[in-house]
Amino acid sequence: MSAEEKKPQERVGVYVCHCGTNIAGVVNVEDVSTWAGEKLKDQGVVVSRDYKFMCSSLGQELIQNDIKEFGLTRVVVAACSPHLHEQTFRTACKGADLNPYLCELVSIREQVSWVHTDKDAATEKSKAIISGGVSRVVHHEPLEPLYVSIHPATLIVGGGIAGIQAALEIADAGYPVYLVEREPSIGGHMAQFDKTFPTLDCSACILTPKMVQVGNHPNITLLTYSEVEKVDGFVGNFVVSIRKRARSVNEADCTGCGICWEKCPKKVIDDKFEVGIGYRKAVYTPFPQAVPKYPVIDRENCIYYEKGTCKACEKFCPTGAINFAQEDEIMNVEVGNIILATGWDLFDARRIPNYGYGRLPNVFTSMEFERLSNAAGPTGGQIVLRDGKTVPKSVAIIHCVGSRDKNYNNYCSSICCMQSLKFAHLVHERTGATVYNCYIDIRTPAKAYDEFYQRLIEEGTLFIRGKVAEVTDAALSPAEEGKLVIQVEDTLIGKQRRIPVDMVVLSAALEPRADSKEVAKRFGISCSADGWFIEKHPKLDPVATMTEGIYIAGVVQGPKDIPASVVQGAAAAARVLGKIQQKEIALEPVRATVNEEQCSGCRICNDLCPFSAILFHEDKMVSEINPALCQGCGTCVAACPAGAISGTGFSNEQILSQIDGLLFLNIKSKEAVKA
Amino acid sequence: MSEYIFYPGCSIESSAKAYYESTMAICKPLGIALKEIDDWNCCGATEYLSLNLTPAYALIGRNLALAEKQANGSQTVVAPCSACYLNLAKADHYMYEDKAFGEKINEALSAGGLHYTPGKLAVRHLLDVLVNEIGLDKIRAQVSKPLAGLRVVPYLGCMLPRPDYGERYSDSEHPLEFDELLQALGAEVIDFPLKTACCGGHMTQIGPDTAFELIRRLIAAASESGADVIATVCPMCQMNLDAFQGQMNGYFHTHYKMPVLFFTQLMGIAFGEKPEKLGFGQEFVSARQALKRIGVEVPEAAPAAKKPAGLPMPSPLQKKPIGTTEEASQ
Amino acid sequence: MTSNPTTSGPPSLLHEVAMRTPGNSHVEMCIQCGTCGGSCPSASAMDHTPRALFAMLRANMRDNVLSSNTPWMCVSCYFCTVRCPQDIHITDVMYTIKNISLETKAYQAKTASDFSKTFIRWVENYGRSFEVGLAGLHTLKHFAGRLLAMAPMAIGMITKKGMSITPPKRIQGMDQLKKILKRAKELEAA
Ligand SMILES: Cc1cc2nc3c(=O)[nH]c(=O)nc-3n(C[C@H](O)[C@H](O)[C@H](O)COP(=O)(O)OP(=O)(O)OC[C@H]3O[C@@H](n4cnc5c(N)ncnc54)[C@H](O)[C@@H]3O)c2cc1C
Ligand code: SF4
Ligand code: SF4
Ligand code: SF4
Ligand code: SF4
Repeated sequence: MSAEEKKPQERVGVYVCHCGTNIAGVVNVEDVSTWAGEKLKDQGVVVSRDYKFMCSSLGQELIQNDIKEFGLTRVVVAACSPHLHEQTFRTACKGADLNPYLCELVSIREQVSWVHTDKDAATEKSKAIISGGVSRVVHHEPLEPLYVSIHPATLIVGGGIAGIQAALEIADAGYPVYLVEREPSIGGHMAQFDKTFPTLDCSACILTPKMVQVGNHPNITLLTYSEVEKVDGFVGNFVVSIRKRARSVNEADCTGCGICWEKCPKKVIDDKFEVGIGYRKAVYTPFPQAVPKYPVIDRENCIYYEKGTCKACEKFCPTGAINFAQEDEIMNVEVGNIILATGWDLFDARRIPNYGYGRLPNVFTSMEFERLSNAAGPTGGQIVLRDGKTVPKSVAIIHCVGSRDKNYNNYCSSICCMQSLKFAHLVHERTGATVYNCYIDIRTPAKAYDEFYQRLIEEGTLFIRGKVAEVTDAALSPAEEGKLVIQVEDTLIGKQRRIPVDMVVLSAALEPRADSKEVAKRFGISCSADGWFIEKHPKLDPVATMTEGIYIAGVVQGPKDIPASVVQGAAAAARVLGKIQQKEIALEPVRATVNEEQCSGCRICNDLCPFSAILFHEDKMVSEINPALCQGCGTCVAACPAGAISGTGFSNEQILSQIDGLLFLNIKSKEAVKA
Repeated sequence: MSEYIFYPGCSIESSAKAYYESTMAICKPLGIALKEIDDWNCCGATEYLSLNLTPAYALIGRNLALAEKQANGSQTVVAPCSACYLNLAKADHYMYEDKAFGEKINEALSAGGLHYTPGKLAVRHLLDVLVNEIGLDKIRAQVSKPLAGLRVVPYLGCMLPRPDYGERYSDSEHPLEFDELLQALGAEVIDFPLKTACCGGHMTQIGPDTAFELIRRLIAAASESGADVIATVCPMCQMNLDAFQGQMNGYFHTHYKMPVLFFTQLMGIAFGEKPEKLGFGQEFVSARQALKRIGVEVPEAAPAAKKPAGLPMPSPLQKKPIGTTEEASQ
Repeated sequence: MTSNPTTSGPPSLLHEVAMRTPGNSHVEMCIQCGTCGGSCPSASAMDHTPRALFAMLRANMRDNVLSSNTPWMCVSCYFCTVRCPQDIHITDVMYTIKNISLETKAYQAKTASDFSKTFIRWVENYGRSFEVGLAGLHTLKHFAGRLLAMAPMAIGMITKKGMSITPPKRIQGMDQLKKILKRAKELEAA
């Protein structure tokens, strides 16, 4: 179909923005605007203007006045990306009683002035883009937004500090929260720490009151030892099924007295909470202040499940709470919004063979050190070597292990400089040992952080600027016998040094959860190449995602410390509360629809949809798209071999005319273009 | 029968004859046929790369081009020397990755009527082929005289596991493949922290102080760990650790006597071959005592060549030959 | 070679090194972390650590870089290359710097460069290298004082290893090889 056959009856206004010098510095905007007014007359352009800042209120008024004065039925704005100002100009049109979807924003900034230096070519390209926009806009149809109601309950996945903060904010505002945590207790990584930087307050002292609040809150349904299995629905109306794993303990009867784990004969290496350097029993709570207080029986290690006998816990339990027959439970809940706060995993330091973790016993990871230094940890807070008794006389702390390294992770984990300083302080305080901190850069850019660095210099920490090349037990001199030797270039001296120490601590990177990709898929959001969940806008919308109704908070969005995780938890809660208060929200009407006649029932589109919006009618053998789930991404439109799917706002007619316009096929004589 | 294109390398014809003899001895029972590239030339070691990159890569390229031309059946080039292996692999890698560079090298080759298609051949080291292609099961099946009780240091050196363009090893610093091979022979394999540390390379020639220290580290650590022998996969490593061990001892006033063998010699013993067929006796630090421990008698080696009169300085010297003039080789 | 660092200002040595190293060496990406200098088994013999050399390269300290013994002391162990967090092909960059320092006659490390030259002289004329001749000649020239210490080893080379004291046999395609190398040298100079 050619656009030329269709005589335009629409009255189009074209508005070319200078964006200060952002556009005008490269594109001759006056020329473009004059050209459009003259050459695109046949396409229906009745007025064409350029203006310094179209997005300003004066710029918007200009459009509104023209709509009234010239009786415009279509508007094309040539400015920045629709991501930024599409809403602005649509609203402006609406203000002048023009259906907002009859306005088209074409980008001559991101697509032209920011990416080209040749001014003439950039000017010509701008004309082509506007020409395409004009040809397209005449095929637009007035659309009405879709309205959906918002269920007042919220699902929060992950009970670390970020999830806890979000849960409390929403619950305190009077709305119901389901908090789903995979482990037997909430608390996340913060529960494993002894002290927190930079103030060195006791981690448990500031965390456990919040955990208790969560446990007791009338608006919070706490589901620990649980995981989300399936998510259906869309913003305002999600249906979530949650698997509550069998604890083998009846919560209604258990008082948390602890007799069961005291009597349990089965000792298990705790590779979760104690990161492999401590023990727990087969029936256990991860730590004394766990919330909820009920233990779980680890069926993989319990003697009864293995051999059919034991039941010591059952025998001694004063309330008969042990229930070996308990089964997993599936719960379905309805929620309006979801916050994901699933946190991080520690980088596996075994991947760097030259640091010897796993081969050299006295090389520790940062999380191991946290447990070593924790008063409630396996050594009661004694910082000792792997033998459990020798106090180190010298300790080397290696920064950037698995971070800022193209072999592993490109990003800076952002917390480990401060964490390394915290460790240096703890070593000084508890052992008096000599401490070397080997760093590439010391990154302490938050409130009171650099002051903490100053304090550590004062405490006598020996800072060496150089990324450690290797940790070895191959001694080259008697002084190195029986020691770990770190080999490092002291870059400020320009010399290689070998430093014998007793203990090495690896400040390992924060990494996305091992299952982050699956979780992202389950909730219909996307991960970056690194695996962190992607926010809607890195600066202006850091806790929302591209999927309406799903928010992210804490390290799951990218490495950050506790204060920043708390801020994001609160921010996500504020966004959710805003949605709940609206009771009903308007959705973009840009949706895909299936033409039942044309659909061959091949189902190719079904699995491709990133938002799982397509369902298949087995009876009619056709696919149908749920308009509330569809985000208008167009994947299915492109994939359908029968051409049965079209996107509202992206009809074949619209796209083909836009292409014609871009190629100036809409303008009769070719010469006219250049003139 | 598994057939491979074989690039022997210069040292295997002179200082590392034992490597050649033992390689041939073990290939037979394993059903490996090595077809030597006809009229191959030196790979240039690291020296030509240092002087002049384009000719250096062209020199290597000639071997690849000949191999490609002569290839029938196998597309895999096997080199027993780590430096040769790396040079061949490196040339193939960069000619493939960097198109313009590949064309430049091919332009040089065209002056001799040759051409190499980057990426056409797979370049592999003998150890890699034995472990990853032939497989430990097949090797185990040939073991008739397990090396039980022989404590062996698996020493790989640098250029085999690094930079590992073909990603053939489990790790670039502490790979396990070599340990597993030696274990398959029944040896007691020492977990050696310096298994991929540097043997000194050409520093024995240009900076002996540095070289001796690097050699000392390896020999001392091996000796410390109670090893009977060090197993190597490269003529240069073997030469540095074995032939220079005496000078190193002199330099540090130490008395180490650590035999350094080619891994193929140990394979041969385990396969039940006679030691004299495996080049034993060519090593400077004799392995006789070590092998005696596992009941293998190495006969006293008859001198392979006549005793030379006087210092064995080569004849070219007297004639003011090539190699002594000052102008650079550019 | 495909590497094209965005350098401002006049053409720099950094740029030249990047352009002449095959593949993308990323040499302009150094963050001065010191992993290379910490890894290097030759560090004690070098006048600058590899890291320092790259800093000087970036500062366009041409003479200091080209006269440094650092690249000549490199043993091609590739520890730095696999550990460098910026994926810089350090060992390859060392080769390129050596090439340029020879071309400009800026090099000071005579022993090392002579060794390379002597080695290659045989290769360029016979197609094969010649260990005995090389070691003998080189030692005579640079470490004459060590000749005595080396004697037992030299004798062993012949008695134990049966190494030949005459130069290797020429390869058959010597003419072909010479043509290839000649063309390659022209291309290098171009
Ligand atoms: C060694 C070390 C020391 C540190 N010290 C400090 C410090 O002193 N001060 C400071 O400010 N910061 C510190 N940090 C950083 C701090 O750990 C993080 O900022 C904080 O843990 C972020 O909290 P979070 O809630 O985002 O994630 P997490 O603490 O990881 O919590 C996530 C929770 O989600 C749960 N979960 C995960 N996946 C699922 C799932 N699929 N379903 C259900 N639940 C799930 C987890 O079990 C966990 O409980 C340190 C970090 C390290 C590595
Ligand atoms: S039945 Fe299992 S959980 Fe209970 S005491 Fe025995 S081992 Fe422990
Ligand atoms: S915070 Fe510090 S230690 Fe952690 S990755 Fe960044 S620079 Fe390295
Ligand atoms: S290791 Fe790489 S980034 Fe670090 S100083 Fe050396 S070259 Fe630069
Ligand atoms: S490759 Fe060269 S520069 Fe790099 S660590 Fe080894 S010897 Fe040093």
